[in-house]
Amino acid sequence: MIYRESGDYSTTYAQDSQTFPIRFDRYRFYAVVFVAYCIIPFIINDYWASAIFVPFLIYAIAAIGLNILTGFCGQVSLGTGGFMAVGGYSVYKLMTSFPDVNIAIHVLLAGLITAGVGILFGLPSLRIKGFYLAVATLAAQFFLVWLFNRVPWFYNYSASGMINSPERTIFGYIVTGPSTEAWAKYLICLVFLTLCAVLARNMTRGTLGRKWMAIRDMDIAAEIIGVDPLKAKLSAFAISSFFIGIAGALFFAVYLGAAEAGDSFGITKSFLVLFMIIIGGLGSIFGSFAGAAFMVLMPVLLKNVLVGQLGWATDLAAHLEFVIVGALIIIFLIMEPHGLAQLWRLAKEKLRLWPFPH
Amino acid sequence: MKLKIATLAVGAVMAAAPVMADLVFPSLSYRTGPFAAGGIPFADGYSDYFTLLNERDGGIGGEAIRVPECETAYNTEKGVECYEALKGEGALVFQPLSTGITYQLIPKSAADDIPVHSMGYGRTSAKNGKVFSHVFNYPVNYWDGASVGVNHFKEQAGGSLEGKKITLLHFNGAYGKEPIPTLTKLAEVEGFDFNAIPIDYPGQEQKSQWLQIRRERPDYVLFWGWGVMNQVAVQEAANIRFNMENFMGIWWSGSENDVIPAGAGANGYKALQFHNVGSDFPVFADIQKYVVDAGKAAGAGDQVGTVLYNRGVYAAFLAAEAAATAQAATGNSSITAGDMRDAMEALEINEAKMAAAGLPGFGPTFTVTCENHGGGGMAAVSQWDAASQSWSLISDFSASDSSIVDPLIMADSAAYATENNLPERCN
Repeated sequence: MIYRESGDYSTTYAQDSQTFPIRFDRYRFYAVVFVAYCIIPFIINDYWASAIFVPFLIYAIAAIGLNILTGFCGQVSLGTGGFMAVGGYSVYKLMTSFPDVNIAIHVLLAGLITAGVGILFGLPSLRIKGFYLAVATLAAQFFLVWLFNRVPWFYNYSASGMINSPERTIFGYIVTGPSTEAWAKYLICLVFLTLCAVLARNMTRGTLGRKWMAIRDMDIAAEIIGVDPLKAKLSAFAISSFFIGIAGALFFAVYLGAAEAGDSFGITKSFLVLFMIIIGGLGSIFGSFAGAAFMVLMPVLLKNVLVGQLGWATDLAAHLEFVIVGALIIIFLIMEPHGLAQLWRLAKEKLRLWPFPH
Repeated sequence: MKLKIATLAVGAVMAAAPVMADLVFPSLSYRTGPFAAGGIPFADGYSDYFTLLNERDGGIGGEAIRVPECETAYNTEKGVECYEALKGEGALVFQPLSTGITYQLIPKSAADDIPVHSMGYGRTSAKNGKVFSHVFNYPVNYWDGASVGVNHFKEQAGGSLEGKKITLLHFNGAYGKEPIPTLTKLAEVEGFDFNAIPIDYPGQEQKSQWLQIRRERPDYVLFWGWGVMNQVAVQEAANIRFNMENFMGIWWSGSENDVIPAGAGANGYKALQFHNVGSDFPVFADIQKYVVDAGKAAGAGDQVGTVLYNRGVYAAFLAAEAAATAQAATGNSSITAGDMRDAMEALEINEAKMAAAGLPGFGPTFTVTCENHGGGGMAAVSQWDAASQSWSLISDFSASDSSIVDPLIMADSAAYATENNLPERCN
């Protein structure tokens, strides 16, 4: 009733193969894009940008990246934090070495460098699978963090090993550093997220995505029907790392402004992003958004309700936060193992039939 | 998507908290996580001292004080969230109690015109007020600590460290890495062998580090640890029967929590301090009377007089003195963060002020100037007595070797200034 596909006729192939074939979906998508680009930047303030939107947008990029690798290609990775560190440190080295080059180019280059590192650590995936691969990527996580802690060249020989993002501009507007306006911070992340999401959506719908999914579903069968596992797996590692590298670069340069490998890009980051895609839904772009929103917004929301509204002690609230978020994760995994994306799909099914039960 | 919008709407209502015309001293505390053992007493002390001022004196200069607390769990991302949430409430000064969070706030503080006081932590070169306008790290910093610690060992070794081995056991993060440049430099000057052994967060497992110490047999060990890491290190040192006389922690590794678990084995363990220890000061009687007994304590009220509680009280005392200075300078009882910054730059702590606050002889006297945001750099050595379960100062407050520390501060702050294109101040 509210949501239906009848009456939606495609008369050309282009119409048939567009991203959102159902008109209602398409309008909803346009509405979200409109709100995100044309309304939020005008009303956003520092708290909303720094505490909620910027981390959400950046984690969404990272979640899309990991979802390509784990959700679409079936290769479990625990190296996300390490790959984000590669992105962060690359952009730092690029920013300080070539201050005249535009920051957007640096972010993309940081993504490319991370893609290279990703391919390197993806090589073991050609031989090992499942848990064993997870352990190999875990090694990447620890090795990379150790490397950035150990080699002073990466942090320009600063006394404490912290890296600081200097002020950089795009079209004359400051986007990194302390004087960044809230809307600029938000918009640069939003633009990168939009590009990544559109790219990921179209890749996963095309040949490449089908190859990944074939590998995920059964690698031997995929090989027999002519999918080259070398190319499929390494391309998944490269593209996934490219996104994660962009996320890491923005995370350091735009969001935190100062970072250190062990603290900002530790193993907890890897797990956080993995939880995001598990809760959001493996193999779904929408799931990456939903998972990132859930994991970023839930703690902030709980904190604001418990401490800000109810006036509870901060430690009690913090402990309760762990309990509630943990319980929600378990409940989700039991009730809906396919994540928030599946809930959304079910909701759409129901809405199609509403108000009739069958 | 609808869920998200609804969530945002709920959040918007909450973000718009009422702004009151009090003196706001936010407390970025951590009462959870692996460093909570250190975070709880500090936060209690910080908050209780302000509660005392409210209850006993009616605030500062007749203006009531508010101490909103925000849990960071020593996590930089939560620190950012807390900073953004609290800066809108009219915060006068931020004390993040985390070197990582301090590094993030350094550039932000100048942009938002809110001072940051990183008391005995944070970026050491922030001492150079010519570069760092809004960051203060008086009365002492890590490089002073390293220098005073080495001086103490030198005295203990009979005047020369030639050919001795000093190991730095440190938290593998910004905080623990801070003293390395100074110690490297000191090793050249004093002629000792220096090596650094890192411990990764959170540091509950240190077998390999202590195996290395056993193998290399350093004469002295300096220790930069925090939270649960401290207890483990002291216990491990006791296990390998390392001579505790030769094992010294920085001020963040020298509280009761750190040594009590090791029992008698911890006897003789040393730690640097930049303020006095024990509860033998008039202010604690007042806190007991006006705050704890009145049921207004921030925590359980059981931390009064412990080392880190005292540090929280000291931090609050320095902030309150700066606020009073700002009120005197502006002639206005309600001050802004900008006034607070100016007052911190003109702060003078003398015996009379400490005695008036019920803290006679609690810390060294010092003055802050536009060029020098770091105070006098005085630290003393304290030692743990396991039999009486107490810390006591075994040396006077002595200054660090400024001929070593100052050039390093100049070099590091100059690097920051060029990286960020900052003009030199105070000319």
